[in-house]
Amino acid sequence: METFTPISALVGGIIIGGSAILLMVLLGRIAGISGIVGGLLPPPAGEAGWRLAFLFGLVAGPVLWGLVGGFVPPVEVTSAIPVLIAGGLLVGFGTSLGSGCTSGHGVCGLARLSPRSLVATLTFMAVAVATVFVTRHVIGG
Amino acid sequence: MNRILAAFVAGLVFGVGLTVAQMTNPAKVLAFLDLFGNWDPSLAFVMGGAVAVTFVGYRSLRGRHAPVCDMSMRWPTTTAIDGRLVGGAALFGLGWGLVGLCPGPAVASLGIAPQRTILFVIAMLVGMALARWFGERRSPAAASA
Repeated sequence: METFTPISALVGGIIIGGSAILLMVLLGRIAGISGIVGGLLPPPAGEAGWRLAFLFGLVAGPVLWGLVGGFVPPVEVTSAIPVLIAGGLLVGFGTSLGSGCTSGHGVCGLARLSPRSLVATLTFMAVAVATVFVTRHVIGG
Repeated sequence: MNRILAAFVAGLVFGVGLTVAQMTNPAKVLAFLDLFGNWDPSLAFVMGGAVAVTFVGYRSLRGRHAPVCDMSMRWPTTTAIDGRLVGGAALFGLGWGLVGLCPGPAVASLGIAPQRTILFVIAMLVGMALARWFGERRSPAAASA
């Protein structure tokens, strides 16, 4: 059973926004994780370093947060392995085709008031909600 | 500040934000997406907080010519709302709804619970590579976008 955590959610969101501002003011880049990862396959000249450094920081963040005594929630993956792999393929293929994910379209794009990102965000939100509805209440119910 | 260090710091902050927000937990994300079940609206606060802060920050950076550690501000220039955008977003939503992981939390979880998410991340990389290959076959000119 999950519980409603509005304060930590808001604080976490503000920190994520801070990161998006940092990446723009320091490097002039949008903090879209799928774009940062996808740009490594393969990276144009001079593009690999900052992308790897950002992703290394992204992996290190939760670890360091735990080391300084912060609460690190469990990573509860409930999907069976074939579903996990199918989900990964869909997320990778879809974010690459649609040029963005929750961070690139959902945070940075909406913050720029981009109609394109609004359409993408509404689409992936609606499909994700429908998917959970079907898997939990139609098939699983 | 060095470019690599700057990117590392930004990534670190992003990872801490996802952890504090508990978005690194797929069960929490699925509870947010379960609008018709035992709905947990927390993640709307994550999005709201992140978008509000980024909106203000981006506004103040709009007139800037260059970032601190690089040559140019790379604001996105694509505005097309087409089948690629909507189809891609729909496929992404399907995968996100199946597992509860999107790219940021998937990567961020690799340090704290790699055994749970590594298969997902590998499959995600394969999916990205496939989409690139697919895109290059369809329109070689647009491949670098």
